[in-house]
Amino acid sequence: MTYSGTPIDTMTIWIVIIGMAVGSFVLRFVFIGFVGRRTMPEWLLRHLRYTAVAMLPALVAPLVIWPSLTAGQPDVPRLSAAAVTLAVAMIWKNVVLAIFCGAATLYGLLYLLGGGV
Amino acid sequence: MSRNTNLSYFWKGCRNSVPFIFVAGPFGMLFGVLGSEGGLSLTQVMTFSFTVFAGAAQFTALQLMREEAPTVIVLASALAVNLRVAMYSASLTPYLGAAPLWQRALAAYFTVDQSYALSIVQFEQGPEMTLQERVAYFFGTSALIAPLWYGMTLTGALLGSTIPDSWALDFALPLAFLAMIGPMLRTPAHVVAALVSVITVLLAGGIPYNLGLLVAGVAGMMAGAWTERYLERRVAEA
Repeated sequence: MTYSGTPIDTMTIWIVIIGMAVGSFVLRFVFIGFVGRRTMPEWLLRHLRYTAVAMLPALVAPLVIWPSLTAGQPDVPRLSAAAVTLAVAMIWKNVVLAIFCGAATLYGLLYLLGGGV
Repeated sequence: MSRNTNLSYFWKGCRNSVPFIFVAGPFGMLFGVLGSEGGLSLTQVMTFSFTVFAGAAQFTALQLMREEAPTVIVLASALAVNLRVAMYSASLTPYLGAAPLWQRALAAYFTVDQSYALSIVQFEQGPEMTLQERVAYFFGTSALIAPLWYGMTLTGALLGSTIPDSWALDFALPLAFLAMIGPMLRTPAHVVAALVSVITVLLAGGIPYNLGLLVAGVAGMMAGAWTERYLERRVAEA
């Protein structure tokens, strides 16, 4: 993939890597490590049940609607592939089948529409 | 006996993680490719994947570094994207919290979308599982995927710019996440949580530093929890 721009400063890269390594571990350890076997309140558990289903769609939605490789323009192959993947995943609850169908839709439409970048 | 069932749960975790080979493999490779193209050395790319071990956060950091964002903002945004793993950690605590400290520390490192998604389903469906069986299952879900993640990062970093844009690898991440979201939408409350979070993140596009994602996540969680209570009350009244 092509990428143009000034190279990232080495010192910055190492600071980011070390900061993220420490930060990510602390984030993951904070509850399981410190809370341990103490029970957590019902209202908190009720909210936590919806963590994944709230965070992942929010992460994906902007990437689907404004993909980076098309300079942020919505495009038909990517929107269609996203719709097919989600539909297949919801109906058959099969992650691999959904990715396969989504990828087939993406490549098929990129080829047909000549939208390959 | 218990050793045997622990081992069988470990293998079950491995088996259940097999579909994620097609998720973690391309992601790891994509990170390697984008990292080496962004000017990271092989050592830096590998240290990144090995110590941070969080795909979405790594991509976020890489993207912001390329955009020459201030280091503090790079870190804050990438960790914000990773805040969900703190919530996964909290969600797993009732099931794994009684394990020894070293096991909890190791489990913390391996807490990612894939291990969490598989384990929480298994633990909810198997209330009879012992603590050690749960720990064994949890580590099983990462036993294949983690080495694959490191290996594919290395492959991607070595291949680097030889991968053409026409492969549209940029879209591997959204497709994989969408495929994971589908099966999660099992109740009306889950659907409401997802819809509210999507609408919020799209409306919150103007919020700087990637905070829109956090705001949307919290809004989605509150919407899900509220819907669950509302539906429970209606059932109780009926």
